[in-house]
Amino acid sequence: MTKQVGTGDSVLTILDAVSFDIAEGESVAVVGASGSGKTTLLGLLAGLDLPSAGEVTLAGQGLNALDEDGRAALRGATVGFVFQSFQLLASLTALENVMLPLELAGHAEPRATAMELLRRVGLEARVQHYPRQLSGGEQQRVAIARAFSGPPRILFADEPTGNLDAATGREIADLMFDLNRERGTTLILVTHDEGLSHRCARRLRLAGGRLIADERDRAAA
Amino acid sequence: MGARLLARDFRAGELRVMALSIVLAVASFTTVAFFADRVKSALTQEASQLLGADLVVVSDRPIGDDVRSAATRLARATTETVRFPSMVSAGDASLLVEIKAISTGYPLAGRLRIAGADGTAVDRRAGPPSGKVWLDERAMARLGVGIGAQLAVGEKTFLVSGRTAEDPEAAIGFLNMMPRLLLDAGDLEATKLIQPGSRVTYRLMLAGTPERLGAFREAVWKGIGPGQRLEDVRDARPEIRSALERAERFLGLASLLSVVLAAVAVALAARRYAQRHVDNCAVLRALGASRAYTVAVHAWQIGLVGLVAGCAGAAIGFGAQAGLASLLAPIVQVPLPLPGIEPALQGIAAGFVMLLGFALPPLAALGRVPALRVLRRDVGMPAGISWAGYAAGFGAVAALVYWHTRDARMASIVLGGIVAAGVVSGLVAAVLVRVAAAAGRRAGFAWRFGLANLSRRTVATVVQVVALGVGLLALMLLSITRGDLLDSWRQSLPPDAPNRFLVNIQPDQAEAVQAFLATEGLTQAKLFPMVRARLTDINGKKISSASFTEDRARRLVDREFNLSWSERPQVDNVIEQGEWWSGPKPAGQFSMEKGIADSLGIRVGDVLGYDVAGQRLEAPVTSLRKVEWDSFRVNFFVVSPPGLLETYPATYVTSFHLPTERSAVMDQLVKRFPNLLVIDVAAILQQVQLMMGHVVRAVEYLFLFSLLAGLLVLFAALQSTHDERLREAAILRTLGAASRQIAKAHAAEFLLVGTLAGIFAALGASGIGLLLAREVLNVPYTVGAGVWIVGILAGAIGVLVAGQLGTRQAVHVSPVEALRRG
Ligand SMILES: Nc1ncnc2c1ncn2[C@@H]1O[C@H](COP(=O)(O)OP(=O)(O)O)[C@@H](O)[C@H]1O
Ligand SMILES: [Mg+2]
Repeated sequence: MTKQVGTGDSVLTILDAVSFDIAEGESVAVVGASGSGKTTLLGLLAGLDLPSAGEVTLAGQGLNALDEDGRAALRGATVGFVFQSFQLLASLTALENVMLPLELAGHAEPRATAMELLRRVGLEARVQHYPRQLSGGEQQRVAIARAFSGPPRILFADEPTGNLDAATGREIADLMFDLNRERGTTLILVTHDEGLSHRCARRLRLAGGRLIADERDRAAA
Repeated sequence: MGARLLARDFRAGELRVMALSIVLAVASFTTVAFFADRVKSALTQEASQLLGADLVVVSDRPIGDDVRSAATRLARATTETVRFPSMVSAGDASLLVEIKAISTGYPLAGRLRIAGADGTAVDRRAGPPSGKVWLDERAMARLGVGIGAQLAVGEKTFLVSGRTAEDPEAAIGFLNMMPRLLLDAGDLEATKLIQPGSRVTYRLMLAGTPERLGAFREAVWKGIGPGQRLEDVRDARPEIRSALERAERFLGLASLLSVVLAAVAVALAARRYAQRHVDNCAVLRALGASRAYTVAVHAWQIGLVGLVAGCAGAAIGFGAQAGLASLLAPIVQVPLPLPGIEPALQGIAAGFVMLLGFALPPLAALGRVPALRVLRRDVGMPAGISWAGYAAGFGAVAALVYWHTRDARMASIVLGGIVAAGVVSGLVAAVLVRVAAAAGRRAGFAWRFGLANLSRRTVATVVQVVALGVGLLALMLLSITRGDLLDSWRQSLPPDAPNRFLVNIQPDQAEAVQAFLATEGLTQAKLFPMVRARLTDINGKKISSASFTEDRARRLVDREFNLSWSERPQVDNVIEQGEWWSGPKPAGQFSMEKGIADSLGIRVGDVLGYDVAGQRLEAPVTSLRKVEWDSFRVNFFVVSPPGLLETYPATYVTSFHLPTERSAVMDQLVKRFPNLLVIDVAAILQQVQLMMGHVVRAVEYLFLFSLLAGLLVLFAALQSTHDERLREAAILRTLGAASRQIAKAHAAEFLLVGTLAGIFAALGASGIGLLLAREVLNVPYTVGAGVWIVGILAGAIGVLVAGQLGTRQAVHVSPVEALRRG
């Protein structure tokens, strides 16, 4: 697929004819320098945005055929997100943030499921706290709990440790990979951290909007 | 640095919202001020038509050359009249009339209309030709003559060549009015009527701009001696005066509310501006900028924007009022004078005061943004609100409001009401929002999320509820409450308000006159006794007009008072201080009208000495009353209990409503009691009612602009949460929320905010309406259920619809934003 945006009178090509498949259960890191188009790619894969040319098939469903609400429903059913800047809703408590995707999907027991997930990420004592009252690491734990509440078939993470110090970042990464393994989720992780990327079995390298390498670890291959 | 930031901010579109709200605020403010200025001058002009001039020098001796030359120098036009009572005769009939000699130019304001033999009336601006006179209808009826008759006036015989249909000065001093004869000043000499000792009044009439007439006042003030005074429209007639004062209050109310609305809009816009600049400030601080510098960089921007936006707003205001005035030309029949520059300056100053008051507090908070924010997104604006800053802002706006209305009482009632409503509604809203959120926990996602949003942002929600409540309150105060107030005001002068005064009823005629009126069905006519007296001393201290500096006070002392007695106060009177008498035989005492007491510096407890027909009368003042002069009921400045005045020579006076088609009744009355003086106040009444009509219209049009200001508040309130809404909506979209679900959550939020705002607005509007009615306008007023129904419905539906429109973008925001926004 290709993604272009108009900037004034010129057209900027952010992603240039990028093409690949990711199989169910894979863990893939998207790596590249800042500005290489990683976030844009993630947005397209998750159906947050549509490509200018080409097609994305998410969980067997072609995204071009869906309108925004259709894609939202598909996201709600199959996808989880972890963002660099957490993106919790300030007006909701930790528990309510985790319950949110369940509620949106009309889940029968949102509270119990959400409590269980918060316990899993080690925040059972903070469930009634608002994002403001939590540290960055704690907020990202809530975000991870929220991302897994679906439960999702695919987890997208955009620089999940980017806003955290090294130690906390490591804890968060451990938590994410552990949960990923436990639940057998497909993981697509955007990062510029080589160390982190090597915890994935496959690495897609981007440079200037082009896919320059598709590395697979032998063990996983 | 500031300049680059400003240019960048403008390109980024962040300051535009702020600038727009100031442009709009100043524009609506100046439109109101400009238009009010013009309407006010127009109303003054209309009233000056009753006086026949803008200013009159009244003297009991020929007016000196120094005063005359000052008048020619400073006034646009001058003319003189000479008035005195005299007998005139036609054949056997003779009658005491007031002779008025007029010259070219008369009247300088209003209309002199003379009907000829064929009955058609034409406007005149000079006296009749030499050898001819004009008589009014009463003089013709009493003398039994018509146009073409010969009339002896002093030593000269005149031909009656016209009937005076309208004469501006006729309305002045109607209690002493006699039938009137107009002749040319050139013919006066030949009548040989002016002799030493005759009771002649010389009136020098002036027309001109208020500034130049003010200069004239200054110039001649020193030379004004006893027996001389200056008269302008304000002291021309008490009822016109109080109608004008009310007009000013209504217009003042309209503009005052736009000030408040604009301030709220600016406060909201400034808050948003500050929130959007937190990152800037964090970076500046991290790079080593001092607090003062950080604030100054932004204050500089806002100041410049304020100046430019203020000027633009004033220009728009000027244009808008011109358009409005031309639109209104057929309704506001008086030609509107050009507005002064003052409203523009007021508007720009108002913009700045609002900026200082309401933009500075959030800006000052920018100085306290921790530099740490550059590293940790979760530390942001310092929590809490700078109450001291807002208090200062409120003080500034209060001062502005006072400067604008020049009415401390009115300003404090309205501002106090709005603040009280704001504080109470803020507290109640905070509690209600939390209660609703707790209750909503069991409701569906949309309600739960919407209410959670509100309760989490309690402070922001309260600000919104209060701001919208204030906006709605202002609109309701101006629409519903205004309507109710104006109705009450109109009803204080109902269609059957008295239109005839009957004076000079002798004591031995009282019963017969009363009986006559009763048989004619004029039962409302109650006879009031009246004793003429001259005030000679206060607390034993002799007084004369020289003891007072105020014009009105001098004139009051110069004149004879009409004293009356009564067991109970007149129905429209309100006792302001002291107590009205009670008991079977109250001691000798006076109740005095508040206005006159203030002019003469008389307080409850002071002892007044009167000269009544050569005898001395002394009694203390025990109460001060407020009198509705424009009710046209018989009222007296000074009233005593029965038992004090009965021994003095008295006449009786009454007033009643006579339907137009029954005016023949008065002819029979005068035939039976020839000494009675019937005064027809229908014309005056019409004038006052016309003026009321204009005021109502003017306020309605001013209301349009306050409505715009109110919408601006709503807009700013939505804007202030717009960024956060976009971010949240984007997150919700990534989590799979449908646009319908987001819209429903917003709807829940807006419904609650709107309903709360509506409740508080209704509460505030009815409260302030009651206070205004009682304390300022002196009209009875009951709160209608309409205020509540309309308030809540308008709040809920208005905020819901506007909110849905304003958040369409958030509902349809692309979820990619969640990846991009911090
Ligand atoms: N909406 C847009 N308009 C213009 N340029 C954009 C837009 N979105 C992304 N870009 C540009 O595309 C490039 C890739 O951005 P992004 O995908 O965020 O990179 P990464 O996440 O790898 O840092 C950057 O140069 C960015 O400035
Ligand atoms: Mg990125």
